[in-house]
Order: sequence, then structure tokens, then C-alpha cells
Amino acid sequence: MYDYSEFDDAYVRGRVEQFRAQVERRLDGSLTEEEFRPLRLMNGLYLQLHAYMLRVAIPYGTLNSGQMRQLAHIADRWDKGYGHFTTRQNIQYNWPKLRDVPDILEALADVGMHAIQTSGNTVRNVTADHFAGASADEVADPRPYAELLRQWSTDHPEFQFLPRKFKIGVTGAPNDRAVIRSHDIGLEVRRDGAGALGFRVFVGGGLGRTPMVAQELAAFIPERDLLPYVEAILSVYNLLGRRDNKYKARIKIAVHEHGIDTIRALVNEAFAERRALFSGADQALLTDIRAQFKRPDLSPRDIAPFVAARDADPVFRAWADTNLAAHADAGHAIVTISLKPQGATPGDATAAQMRVMADLAERYGHDELRISHEQNVILSHVHRADLPAVHAALKQAGLATANVGLVSDIIACPGMDYCSLATARSIPIAQEIATRFEELKLEHEVGPLKIKISGCINACGHHHVGHIGILGLDRAGVENYQVTLGGDGSETTVIGQRAGPGFSADEIVPAVERLVLAYLDLREDAGETFLQVFRRLGAQPFKDALYPEQAQRRRDAA
Amino acid sequence: MTKAFTPKVVTANALVEGDVIYLTADDRWTRALHEAELIEDEAHAQVRLLDAERQTGEVVGAYLADVRPGPNGPEPVHFREAFRARGPSNYPHGKQTELVDV
Ligand code: HEM
Ligand code: SF4
Repeated sequence: MYDYSEFDDAYVRGRVEQFRAQVERRLDGSLTEEEFRPLRLMNGLYLQLHAYMLRVAIPYGTLNSGQMRQLAHIADRWDKGYGHFTTRQNIQYNWPKLRDVPDILEALADVGMHAIQTSGNTVRNVTADHFAGASADEVADPRPYAELLRQWSTDHPEFQFLPRKFKIGVTGAPNDRAVIRSHDIGLEVRRDGAGALGFRVFVGGGLGRTPMVAQELAAFIPERDLLPYVEAILSVYNLLGRRDNKYKARIKIAVHEHGIDTIRALVNEAFAERRALFSGADQALLTDIRAQFKRPDLSPRDIAPFVAARDADPVFRAWADTNLAAHADAGHAIVTISLKPQGATPGDATAAQMRVMADLAERYGHDELRISHEQNVILSHVHRADLPAVHAALKQAGLATANVGLVSDIIACPGMDYCSLATARSIPIAQEIATRFEELKLEHEVGPLKIKISGCINACGHHHVGHIGILGLDRAGVENYQVTLGGDGSETTVIGQRAGPGFSADEIVPAVERLVLAYLDLREDAGETFLQVFRRLGAQPFKDALYPEQAQRRRDAA
Repeated sequence: MTKAFTPKVVTANALVEGDVIYLTADDRWTRALHEAELIEDEAHAQVRLLDAERQTGEVVGAYLADVRPGPNGPEPVHFREAFRARGPSNYPHGKQTELVDV
């Protein structure tokens, strides 16, 4: 894990004191809201529907037990005893008071955390594969690169006023768990023919109003050229990006309007200049950073207790079969802790639950926790022999739901329950779908299925890349839910297709149920997933399930 | 013929708490929609909005929201205002804890 250097610590504390003075000046009337708003946004503080919302970065989703306990402490002391983990590996507090925010930021600085650049037209929190440094399929741990990018982009003078926000995602494995093709820049760590490390670089992905899949800008950029190359991309975007229209200001629009070949030519030109300016200090820094991400010593032990528990306890078996992923070390496993108990708010954890997870990480997980973009928490290195104890502790804390990757493991943005930009609610829809499938006892039979819900066109809930996506809209003053089908956020990213007219809040859950039941009828065997059936048969049979009356009319006409 | 004026209230968020607030007829800020001043005249609405916008030391983002008159005072027209008046639907963390009768 990366530990703050003295420089980082002094910098973050300096920012906290600066913000403390700004809050005081806002409260005593010397700053107007127009003057204060950009200052608070630079510190991750939004004003939402019912209250302020503080967005705290969890760089590349990694934190230690001390940091998790501090997040719990903040939730108890200054919020309502819980926090919301988001698709961008941040945590959001929904109820802070303006006066308390400087103290919260100070408490974060105490554990090497902050809320800087979680808002604004800057390079945002760099996200990474939540299985980084642990998974069996990894080429190299992507987090040292993410940390290098974080340090380079924080307060980078040239890139504080980009045309729009800028999101970078990094994966160290060919299996993309970091949705990199939906980012402004997506990086995939790979090796060239000679075995040297570098990156495949994607550019121009993004969801929101105009969803686009990122395109390959370079098949291989050597490791040492990471910063100059990314800097070249940003410098090209900084000039080309449409500042005249905020809806056209993301790099995806620049790529779309100018074409990937023009962008590549411009980037290569800028790259040649930038590269000459890098002296190698960044590579020395990378070496230091990398030393801090060494995989912990994973001592071999007998896995018999795991095998015995799996044989004896069907509840443990269901959890182990669903929530564990392959670790690079066969004696270990990667544990995904579901923050999606059926009927609860996706991504929320209480302070007590955060403490349980912190304790488990400390005791059994080499002190490492991860936040996934799917709004779950990960223990990245747990010995299999310890899994029965981990499961038992999770169960007591209401954290042992065995549903990772299944129907009820839904991504949902805050929607109109909190967000001031929302056009409809998303949380209650997620709650109802999960509850319904729990009643039907079908989840495990249905298998892998990603449902993603956003409360407006901004697509914070990634609905475009859900196998089933749901977008909440306001149709003449009534909540209405539009369905997209066949989306995919992995290495085979596809934007889902709109199925047809939307559904009311009452109709959407039965509509999703019809879709899933139709899938069960259509699949060739239990091994064929929803997405595979969709790819084999296309949208029509699913549309027929969604709109049975239209299907009937079509059959009558035929 | 001009369209009938939809009644309004002046609403904003409180600077310190961020909480949803409404302007009353006697120039206080209340947290309960039903205590807000029901404004039935366009020109008066604009004046009251200006009154609110001047109070930058207390409130943020004042605007006029559509309401309809009800037995206990103004009621929301749009569902967004209903949520603002009541709080989120997933937890009893908002105003619903104080407003037993809404
Ligand atoms: C509640 C306050 C929030 C506000 C005001 C907000 C605002 C926005 C806006 C305006 C966009 C569209 C940007 C564009 O297309 O240029 C966006 C996109 C996005 N936001 Fe949020 N958001 C909020 C919460 C969240 C949360 C809770 C998450 C994670 C669950 C999130 C993750 C994302 C993601 C993943 C995207 C789409 C990817 C992209 O940028 O293209 N946001 N957000
Ligand atoms: S998708 Fe819309 S409603 Fe949901 S969090 Fe983003 S901006 Fe808010």
C-alpha cells in the first residue's frame, strides 16, 4: 500500500487549512455562493437535494484497515452512521454539515486520504481493477501506475481547467474489471514481444448523454513513456475539447468529431515534444511507488478447514462458490463482500459494517481492502483456511450475501433520493428487483447477470453497459424507466440497445422479471449466460418478453 | 388568454445544513413545506424570489417551485418537490422524521 510521503501529507493538510478558511469566509458572508461553489467543488463538496454531499477519493479503490475505520468514524461522528460506495471507487457521505467539512477533511488527512479532484474539470480519481495485485490473470499490478498518475495529475497546473472532467481507468489484466473502455483514457498493462511492460491505450470512452466505447489509440506504449504519453493526450484534448458546449466537451466528442487517426497524429506530435521534457525522475518515483505495492508474503498452509467447511455447510458453500475469485496463489482467495443484501441500498455500508470489514482485513487479509466499481468491498488476499471464520464474521454483520455477479448485485446511482440532477429514483427500483428475485429463489439458477440503474442521462450507474440497463426519466411529471439490453462493460464493451417505450415505476420490476424468465426459456443450457443468449438471438425475443402485446400483434399479422 | 399562474413557493437549501427550506409569509425560513407562503401572483413571486436571493448568508440556490394549495398549506406538484419536502425513500433520514403528518 502506498504511504503518504512528508510532501503528500503537508500538501493535503495545507489544502485542508485553505478550505477551512474558505468555509469560514463563506459563513461570515465575505464569500458569495458564486465565489464559494467552485472552491467547495474542488474539495469534493456538492450540494444535493436534501443536504451537502462529500465525495472522498479512494485512489484505485485500495485502502487499509486504519483508513476504513476512519471512514466509519466520520460516518458516525459527522454523518448518519453510514457511507455510500460508488462506481468510481469513491465514498460519498450524504449528510455532512458545511461547518464540519474541514474537520472531516482533517480526519481524512490523518489517514492519508482526501477529496481533492473528486469534482471539477480535472483528472478525477484514477480507478483500477479491484482485484489488482491479487488476481490470477494479471500481467502486472496496475496500481503503481495509477498512483504515479494520481501524483502527476494532482494540482497539475496545465490541467486544472480542462474542457470537462477527465477519467482514467487502469487494468493490469486482459479481463477488464475496471470498465476501462468507458473512460476518457483506458490503460491496459501488457507486455510486448520482448516481455517488456507497457500499455495498450484507449481513448474517448464515456457514458452519459452520448455513450461511446473507447478506441485504441496505441497498441503498445512502453512503461517509461506513460506520463509523457498521457500528458500528450491531455494537452491535445485541452485545446481541441469543445468549451462552447458542456455536452460536447468530453474527449469522446473530440475523438468522434476529428476521428481517431487525427487524434493519434496530434498526440504523437505532442508526445515527441513532451517526452524530451521528462528527465527520468518519474521513473525513479515509479520504482519507489512499486516497492510499496509488493504482494504480501503469502505463506503456504493447509486448506483442509476450507474444504471441510465447504462440504459441511451449504450456506458457506453457496457464498464461497459465488463470492470468491481465483487468487494468483492457489492457497488464497479474493473475497468479494457484497454490499447488496436483497432489499438494501446498493453500495451502502454502516459504520459498524465498515469496522467489521476493517477488522477482517487486519486479521485475515494482510490489511488490504478494495472498493469495486460494482459497489462491493474486496478482501484481496485471504488464505482459504481462514474463509470459514471470515464468512462467519460477515454473516453476523449482515455482510454474507452470496450474490456477487448475480441479478441482485445491482449497480445503482443515488438517483432522485439524493441527487439534484436526477430525473427519477434508482435506489427503490434496485431494492424491488433484488427483493423480487429473492422471493422467486431464482438468482443462482439465472447465473451471471448485470443490472445497472441510473437516475438520469448522466449514467453514473453505468446503465449503458448493463446486460440489462435501466434509465430513470421524468415523463410529464411521472417517473418512467427505459430499458437497454445487451450492454457489456468488460473487455468486449458494448453499449446496450434501447428496447422500446419506458415503463412506469410499477411496471418496471415485472418487466425485468419477464426478461429474465424469457432468458431461462431461451438458453440452450445452464451454462449459456444472459449476454450469450442475447448475442446469439439478438434483441427481438427479449423485446417480445418486454412488450407481450406488441409481440402478439406481430404474430397475429404474420 | 394567458395560462393560469401555477401557485409557487420560494425554496432553497440552508447554507449551513444544506437542508431544504421554504420562505414564509412573515419572512422566516421554515423546513416544512406546508408552512411556506403560497404565492398566487406572478409579480409577487418574482419579488419574493428577489427577497430570498438577497439572503446569500443564509440560503443557497433559491428558486420558485410549483405547488398546489392543500388543507394544511402548500403541497408539492412534481415528485422532485415531494422528495425534497419529505426526504429520501430508502431511509428515514430526512424531514420525514419531523413531519409525521406528511
Ligand atoms: C450525487 C452527485 C453526482 C453528480 C452531481 C454527478 C454528476 C455527473 C454528471 C454531470 C455526469 C455526466 C458527465 C458527462 O457526461 O460529461 C456524470 C457521469 C458519471 N458519474 Fe456522476 N454524479 C454524481 C454521483 C455519482 C455517483 C454516486 C457515481 C457512482 C456511483 C458517479 C459516477 C459517474 C460515472 C461512472 C459517470 C459516467 C461515466 C462518464 O463520466 O462518462 N456519479 N456524473
Ligand atoms: S446518473 Fe444522474 S441521478 Fe444518478 S447520480 Fe448521476 S447525475 Fe445523479
